[in-house]
Amino acid sequence: MSAPLGYYPGCSQSGTAAEYDISTRACCKALGIELADVPDWTCCGSTPAHTVDHHLAGALSARNLLQAQAAGFDRVITPCPSCLSALKTADAHLAHETYRAKVEHLLGRPGPGPVNCQSVLQVLFEQIGPGGVKAKVTRPLTGLRVAPYYGCIMNRPPGLMNFDDPENPMAMDALLSACGAEVVDFPFKTECCGAAFGMPRLDVMQRLSARILDMARSCGADAIVVACPLCQMNLDLRRGQVNSASGQDITMPVPYFTQLLGLALGLPDADLALGKLVLPLAPALIAAKEREAQREAHREGERAAKEAVKAGHRPAPQPVCEEDAPCA
Amino acid sequence: MRIGVMVCHCGNNIAATVDCEAVAAAAREFPDVVYATDHMYACSDPGQKTIEQTIRDLKLDGVVVASCSPRMHEMTFRRAVERAGLNRYMFEMANIREHVAWISLDRKRNTQKATDLVRMAVEKLRVDRPLTPKSFDVQKRVLIVGGGVAGIQAALDCADGGLDVLLVERKASIGGIMSKLDKTFPTIDCSVCVLGPKMVDAGQNPRITLHTCSEVEEVSGYVGNFEVKIRKRTTYVDWTKCTGCGACQEKCPSRKVPDAFNENISLTTAINIPFPQAIPKRATINAAHCIRLTKGKCGACAKICPTGAIDYEMQDEIITEKVGAIIAATGITLFDHTRLGEYGAGRYPDVVTSLAYERMLSASGPTAGHIKRPSDGREPKTVVFISCVGSRDRSVDRPYCSGFCCMYTAKQAILTRDHIPDSKAFVFYMDIRANGKGYEEFVRRAQEEYAVEYVRGRVAHIYPTAGPDGGQLMVRGADTLLGAQVEVAADLVVLAVGAESSTGAPELAEKLHISYDHYGFFMESHPKLRPVETNTVGIFLAGACQGPKDIPASVAQASAAAGKVLALLSKDKLESDPQIALVQAIRCIGCGKCERTCPFGAIRMRELRDGSKRAEVVETVCQGCGICSVTCPVRAIQLQHFTDSQLLAEVNALCRTWDETTES
Amino acid sequence: MQSPLQAIDLTTSRDQSFVEDVARESGQDLRSCYQCGNCTAGCAYTMNYDIPVHQIMRLVQLGLRDKALSCRSIWLCATCQACTTRCPNNIEVAVVMDVLRHMARRAGHAPERLVKTFTDGFLASVARHGRVFEAGLAACFALKSGKPLQDAGLGPAMLSRGKLAFLPHEPGGNGKAEVAAIFQRFLKDQESGK
Ligand SMILES: Cc1cc2nc3c(=O)[nH]c(=O)nc-3n(C[C@H](O)[C@H](O)[C@H](O)COP(=O)(O)OP(=O)(O)OC[C@H]3O[C@@H](n4cnc5c(N)ncnc54)[C@H](O)[C@@H]3O)c2cc1C
Ligand code: SF4
Ligand code: SF4
Ligand code: SF4
Ligand code: SF4
Repeated sequence: MSAPLGYYPGCSQSGTAAEYDISTRACCKALGIELADVPDWTCCGSTPAHTVDHHLAGALSARNLLQAQAAGFDRVITPCPSCLSALKTADAHLAHETYRAKVEHLLGRPGPGPVNCQSVLQVLFEQIGPGGVKAKVTRPLTGLRVAPYYGCIMNRPPGLMNFDDPENPMAMDALLSACGAEVVDFPFKTECCGAAFGMPRLDVMQRLSARILDMARSCGADAIVVACPLCQMNLDLRRGQVNSASGQDITMPVPYFTQLLGLALGLPDADLALGKLVLPLAPALIAAKEREAQREAHREGERAAKEAVKAGHRPAPQPVCEEDAPCA
Repeated sequence: MRIGVMVCHCGNNIAATVDCEAVAAAAREFPDVVYATDHMYACSDPGQKTIEQTIRDLKLDGVVVASCSPRMHEMTFRRAVERAGLNRYMFEMANIREHVAWISLDRKRNTQKATDLVRMAVEKLRVDRPLTPKSFDVQKRVLIVGGGVAGIQAALDCADGGLDVLLVERKASIGGIMSKLDKTFPTIDCSVCVLGPKMVDAGQNPRITLHTCSEVEEVSGYVGNFEVKIRKRTTYVDWTKCTGCGACQEKCPSRKVPDAFNENISLTTAINIPFPQAIPKRATINAAHCIRLTKGKCGACAKICPTGAIDYEMQDEIITEKVGAIIAATGITLFDHTRLGEYGAGRYPDVVTSLAYERMLSASGPTAGHIKRPSDGREPKTVVFISCVGSRDRSVDRPYCSGFCCMYTAKQAILTRDHIPDSKAFVFYMDIRANGKGYEEFVRRAQEEYAVEYVRGRVAHIYPTAGPDGGQLMVRGADTLLGAQVEVAADLVVLAVGAESSTGAPELAEKLHISYDHYGFFMESHPKLRPVETNTVGIFLAGACQGPKDIPASVAQASAAAGKVLALLSKDKLESDPQIALVQAIRCIGCGKCERTCPFGAIRMRELRDGSKRAEVVETVCQGCGICSVTCPVRAIQLQHFTDSQLLAEVNALCRTWDETTES
Repeated sequence: MQSPLQAIDLTTSRDQSFVEDVARESGQDLRSCYQCGNCTAGCAYTMNYDIPVHQIMRLVQLGLRDKALSCRSIWLCATCQACTTRCPNNIEVAVVMDVLRHMARRAGHAPERLVKTFTDGFLASVARHGRVFEAGLAACFALKSGKPLQDAGLGPAMLSRGKLAFLPHEPGGNGKAEVAAIFQRFLKDQESGK
């Protein structure tokens, strides 16, 4: 077993996104990735800090990098793309002398050396990979149609995030396929959901999240799978607000990818905190089961028809399986 | 020795920051200088006359001109001193324009540096020796690499002028991109109708030998006497027997081969003739898809072929040819749009390249000229064209403009409206480049007469949506003139992919010893005054291989290159440059270091009767690069006109002046 | 962009120091923008902007400081990075938007008052607790925004799922004090105009 990775949960993961934190820890444990919390971590500053001042943002993140380094971690992983973006930006900018000096002034002590910051998604994808996941799946998500939604900053800007394709990221697609799910080609993988505008400009967030839900529905997805607590909050907790503005009634659940991964790995429900989702996952899982049953019946029918042909009978006309029609 | 010096003002180019009179005055004090003057334009007719007259009047043995770069006018002045009876190598040039006047405004120090450079030139001239070129026979044959419209035109012109032509083309047929086009701007005339007859001429002209499915393997030699190895890739069909009847293609059971000629939007057979007008019209087996060659089974074509032309055992062949000159005409390839994730990275079948669209428009294309969506065969009613795809884009390292895509986009939009009158055509563009004769008028016709909607802005994202009649593509762009985001639900999107240098262009350039730019386009010798020459004598450029060009420009350059070749090879003998390496046999210890270091293979080791060895320079092969002379441990090999003593004379002169100026 | 009532005199209206400040603080080569509109085309917020992002780039190129700093757009940019990712000239447009926002703040602009309220509230929460106290931030925002009931409906769902913590989840060690110190130094610098 290799040394534990420094784990930076981020503020949301101890509140509104607790299920992301719980399922992340559970999946990592099940897959043999040892996590150890960055001791005494504090807020990275997130979007609000960098919109006010780049040095303030740098200092808030740098403090956490210092904590990680002091604890002996050369790699820090976080589930939240916004935290990741803040940590990575600070890490990159600290290479510039004038920036570093100002940040150190705010910190009141020397800043951290380079730290390799990665997302939980990246670590699971690169360290375990679809093959490693597949080998450990005990409850495949067969029949479940998922729209993987990465959010706007998991892979962008590519020069900074340095992971996966910025226009058509595939890491989550590959992991979910490995779990047995059916991944739809989701064109809005990186479109913005309205980010933190839920409070100050609800109308903006409603418009943007509605577009994403609409697209997921027209792709025929049972669930939108996310990797960002802000996306999850807008699409799940704020669903009522979004639906009421768009005049639609979309009930598609929005699980974290770690929750589905844990499900496929056969982890107990308590480890996945599925109950914390506002829109329940169960109907999607039931729909998937039904679809799979229907398909199996269809396949059975085809087999029977073939046998019949072999035996010299005329084939009976087959009912067309609706669910097999290509999604619009 | 009697030396004359002329310091040129170059109008104000030099005189503005160099005191030319003072330089001339200083030169009068240099050893052996009997005359020094300054002149407004040394290269002008009166300037040259003055030089000639002074040589005669004062019985000069050598001349120094201080002016521009030797790359500009060395030949001009060498000819002038020759006219006055001097050996052309008894002339030296000091570059006081590019190396002095244009790089500093400090008049005092410029004048000092110019004086130093003149002193160096004078000191070198004092130890210069007359050199005489040797003459040699030339091969009256030309090799043309690349059989696009440029290569074909150059071949026809050279053959017309009486030269034998070898036309080497990588593909199975000549014709290049133009043979794939439907119509051409700005006249909308049929592309193959104008190109076809030229292709036939090239195929039938007894002076032109076609080598298709072939590539240049190796080039050695020099102007007038190049030796080229050509690899003729195996076609598995004996072309001396094949009549192009096409029976094999009918019978071939491997029918799922992407058709490269149709830009892979349709399928063909493993044995095929690329298109009906192909020259030569001969069958070729695509080995990767041939069942016989991959699995050992089948053999259908061999059974059906009436002439017994099929030969599954056929191997590549390498032939060697001698030519006097070479024209590179390798054209372009197109930007790979699958690099652009925002346009689907090739995932959406109804996002096609402009060249695939030409095949869809062409009556001889896979859809017989009916525009159909590759995904479902439906006729598109809304077609969006996007310009500058992989052009003018620093983020993909293609900052240049491809020049002709604005025009072909206007053409394709017009043709779309022509083919499908109830269709809508949108063009997203940043700027419209339409600077040829009749081009602007053509674009205006597209906008006004054909109601093509031009939208000024780039497209950020293309994604599939569920439209009323099956899938459509949402094109999200900007109209920067409105200052708004705009969307078009399109049935088909055509990407005006930019031009790139042809695959393998840098490697070919290395073989030819010619320069190429960062993007693989071949470099002309001078962008204005020597646009079809390269820096390697005897090698010329035609068409888009030198930079993106449309057909008229490619054809014009091809004829220009042919003209240059005809002029060069009109002489029976050429003179070799005497500025080459020379071995002093008494000094040579036969170590062989020079032989190993020469990049051109111009040095041979000769064995003497006592068994010892001496280096020997093959005069016609030596390019005068001088690498050998710095390698020789005993300084036995010297570059003529740049010998150690000549270079040291310059260095000494420089050090002496440096001493003087620092002491004062 | 709304047309001005008078022709803009490009020589006198140019604030060169503004152009240079934006270039320096953002580290971007602003002159390389050729106004292709790709940023605007991909920006999810264009519909809510008063000035589309490519025109903001143009305002900066021309040094039209007041127009650039008083717009709403710079407050509505979510730093989603679509523009930066796709700019054909490799300009980090999102960073330019960030820098303009900083300058607008310093100049006292806040046309999107609630965005500023939210941001300030968020940072105040961090300054106070070392981490964001979500419920506290929401309550505080509800009070200050003048729309106290906007998110009231979310309460029950959160409560029943254990997502509403009534007490801040603060770091245990020195973290809280250190973060507070960072903010103190920052505010002091701001006041002294550093
Ligand atoms: C979609 C599209 C539409 C166009 N429409 C028009 C139009 O309407 N009007 C117009 O004027 N122009 C048009 N053009 C431009 C036109 O195609 C070019 O100007 C023209 O093809 C240039 O001719 P070329 O002979 O230099 O190059 P090419 O046509 O590219 O020919 C080069 C040839 O060299 C061969 N070759 C390459 N490398 C090697 C090698 N190493 N060894 C041997 N052979 C090699 C290639 O196989 C090819 O046959 C269009 C271009 C495109 C892409
Ligand atoms: S290979 Fe034979 S069958 Fe095929 S085209 Fe040539 S002659 Fe005809
Ligand atoms: S010719 Fe037109 S479309 Fe092509 S690169 Fe230039 S500007 Fe763009
Ligand atoms: S995408 Fe880049 S070049 Fe284009 S308008 Fe925006 S900033 Fe300018
Ligand atoms: S970063 Fe800002 S300006 Fe750029 S696309 Fe996103 S919201 Fe628009």
